[in-house]
Amino acid sequence: METLVYIALFAPLVGSLFAALFGMRPKTLWTGVVTSLLLFVSFLASAMLLKHVYTVGAVHAELMDWIVAGDMRVPFGFTVDEVTAVMMTVVTLVSTVVHIYSNGYMEHDKGFNRFFSYLSAFVFSMLVLVMSDNFLGLFIGWEGVGVCSWLLIGFWYHKPDVGRDVNPSISPSWAANEAFIMNRIADLGMLIGIFLIYWNVGSLNYQEFFAAVPQLSHGMLVLIGIMLFIGAMGKSAQFPLHTWLADAMEGPTPVSALIHAATMVTAGVYLVIRAHPLYSEIPEVSYFIAVLGTFVAIFAASMALVNRDLKRIIAYSTLSQLGYMFAAAGLGAYWVALFHLAAHAFFKALLFLGAGNVMHAMNDELDIFKMGGLKKVMRWTYTYMGVASLALAGIWPFAGFYSKDTILEAAFNEQSYGIWFVLWLTAGLTAFYSFRLVFLTFLSDERYKQYGFHPHEVQKYVLWAMFPLGLLAVIFGWWKEEFMAFVTRLLPAYEMSEHTEHMVWILIIVTMAIAIGGIVVAYIMYAKRLRRNERIEQSLPYRILSNQYYIPIFYEKAFAKPYAELSDIAWKEIDQQVVDATVDGIARVIEETGDGTRRMQTGNLSDYLKWMAAGALILAVLAIIVAMNH
Amino acid sequence: MIGLSHYLILSAILFSIGLVGVIRRRNLLMLFFATEIMLNAANIAFAALSSYMHDLSGQMFAFFIIAVAASEVAVGLGLLILLYKKYGSLDLDDYTMLRG
Amino acid sequence: METFAFYFFAVLITALFLVTVLSQNILYAMTSLAAGMVLISGLFFLLGADFLGVVQLIVYVGAVMALYAFAMMFFDATGSIKERHSHPALVFLLGGLSAVLMVVIFAAPQIGQHVEALYPAAAGANNPQAVGLVLFTKYLVPFEVAAVMLLVAMIAGIILAGKKMERSLSKINDSELEQNGGKDEQ
Repeated sequence: METLVYIALFAPLVGSLFAALFGMRPKTLWTGVVTSLLLFVSFLASAMLLKHVYTVGAVHAELMDWIVAGDMRVPFGFTVDEVTAVMMTVVTLVSTVVHIYSNGYMEHDKGFNRFFSYLSAFVFSMLVLVMSDNFLGLFIGWEGVGVCSWLLIGFWYHKPDVGRDVNPSISPSWAANEAFIMNRIADLGMLIGIFLIYWNVGSLNYQEFFAAVPQLSHGMLVLIGIMLFIGAMGKSAQFPLHTWLADAMEGPTPVSALIHAATMVTAGVYLVIRAHPLYSEIPEVSYFIAVLGTFVAIFAASMALVNRDLKRIIAYSTLSQLGYMFAAAGLGAYWVALFHLAAHAFFKALLFLGAGNVMHAMNDELDIFKMGGLKKVMRWTYTYMGVASLALAGIWPFAGFYSKDTILEAAFNEQSYGIWFVLWLTAGLTAFYSFRLVFLTFLSDERYKQYGFHPHEVQKYVLWAMFPLGLLAVIFGWWKEEFMAFVTRLLPAYEMSEHTEHMVWILIIVTMAIAIGGIVVAYIMYAKRLRRNERIEQSLPYRILSNQYYIPIFYEKAFAKPYAELSDIAWKEIDQQVVDATVDGIARVIEETGDGTRRMQTGNLSDYLKWMAAGALILAVLAIIVAMNH
Repeated sequence: MIGLSHYLILSAILFSIGLVGVIRRRNLLMLFFATEIMLNAANIAFAALSSYMHDLSGQMFAFFIIAVAASEVAVGLGLLILLYKKYGSLDLDDYTMLRG
Repeated sequence: METFAFYFFAVLITALFLVTVLSQNILYAMTSLAAGMVLISGLFFLLGADFLGVVQLIVYVGAVMALYAFAMMFFDATGSIKERHSHPALVFLLGGLSAVLMVVIFAAPQIGQHVEALYPAAAGANNPQAVGLVLFTKYLVPFEVAAVMLLVAMIAGIILAGKKMERSLSKINDSELEQNGGKDEQ
């Protein structure tokens, strides 16, 4: 079984290195094919591991000692237990689909080979993240996905910077840096958390840490929990570190599907789930996580309501769904969070890939106000995106219904009616903006004609590649009971109280009602034709929402500008005046000393002998001084 | 009564005379003479210590110094002759090949 | 008696070496050096190092000074040497200071009274016997190495001094020289 672990882990790395060999060459089809095949191999290995874990139990593999220093010993250890197996299968499945999809999507791109190298490297890092059996390995994977995310957001780095009013993300390289720097801020918190763990427990291994949790003081646990959660906030783009996710849509769409929807951004949720023995001990932090998740859910959904950018709307919905996951995890329903994570990975990746198809057809146009009526030319894409949106909105019997509904039940069960209400409201908003997007893109009047677009459906194999995701977006929820039975072997089971059991049907009906209500409103407003109301668009709430609550501008004014000025001062005043001057001074002193002592080199042996005698004399004096001191 | 210190001080004085010669003289041959003086000064110190400590190691070192001095004279004089053939002078001030 | 002998030798040696160092005439210098060497051997006898004294006489006075004497014939150094002294004061300052320092070091009680014998001499043997015992047991390897070194030095001296002398002193031309060289090698 260890062989399977290594195959699943290293197949993407081999693919990445293989593609990297040809990274600077123009497109060669087989790099895409080879990396996709290796990813498929990795998926098969993961699926077999899942089966093995299901029937036999967790697998542990230790590659070698990694860091051995004093008492510290960190091995390259990998554990495949129930949570990891689920994560691995989800990651490799979505990755395989995205790899095949990218063969079509990136067909005409100059950086075709480079793209596949980055993409496979990302999958490898993500697998390290989920498979590691200690916090340091997790951190390495964590940073690895960060780097790959940076590389891929900035994939089209040659695009110039433009103003915020033209493109809210400014440019791909700007967005990439923003994502990277925001994650660094959060990673500092995470690192401190890891240091604290090592400091208090003396080991970074999950099992050893969790075993030691009951012995630690409550304050220390709270501190560790907060620090780790700060790291999770950065990776999963929770408020106030959320701005990078929407800007990350500057990357190629397959990247958005894989990294910024299905896998990497869920790493934060994974961390909280993984560290559940810690968070179970500190209910106040958990409650904060739930509240923050709930806030982000409605906060992001509100921004998605008015946005006109196809990908940004989906990005906000990702943010919102991540909020749901954190809410579930914070309420102690860890398996529900994981369930929603998996379901969300499937339908959100599908949604993004569908959006990629639309972009492809519309020559990279993203404004949904310029689309409409695409149903006629893109029937399959319409079907896929419709299914994904239904799943996202939580309509029975699609995957999102089961997971989201369970989260709402959990919130109700915890008697956190505030959280429940907000999440319930968000479910309505989600349905509305998802279908606003679908209707504006595929139904209503054919506005694209006046802009001179000639949309066309994508290649057949690309559509087929999306099929597994489409299927799973429909049926994944049907396995809720099996999923729960499987993962609760590791995660704590979550029991609904009897009161909730009685209420379940009412809750489902209420939730379905608001979701369908959202769809109906969207249908009325947008299905026939695009109706725009100048007065509403000029109103203050609308402008606040479409400008993302002015938070990016606030960050720029409050943090970026002063920091730039501070850096300027540090450069001109400190670096040039102090550091450089010191270095120059040392050089000048040495040069002048050399210039002065050059006169000693007369070339006359007699003079040299004199110097030697003088040196011997000085040595003798020193010898006397030393001898006297003894 | 003559003690060890007497010999050592004599040795030091003779060494310094040699040192003065090394620094002062410009004639290479005279430099060799001065070097011989310094070596002999060291020999006196060795012999005196050997005698007063009842340890023959000092004398052994004196022997080896004499052997080294003999070799030095043999090789050094050979070099000196070559130098004289080439430059026709033994004055140190005439040699400035080392000037940077 | 011993006291008298020591001071006698010490004063004479110092004076003679001063002459060596300060004299303008190279012949005087060499002669006084040779005389100083002889007197140093006297000091060795005084110290009971008979063998060392004899070696000093044979090697220094017999061999080394003879070499110098022969060398001087090549250098035409009979005349007085003209020397420029740029900083005479500095020279004597350096020499004097080092003398004072060394005297201080040697006279210091720490050094003078804390020296102990590592290998005490064998009792009951006279000096040459004792020297032989030590030289051919403990110092055998250095002794052999010194022998090899002397051999090397001898060959080096012959080659350095002899090779070019032949060419410059004999008036034969190059082709003959090469023929001669070839014959010698055969």
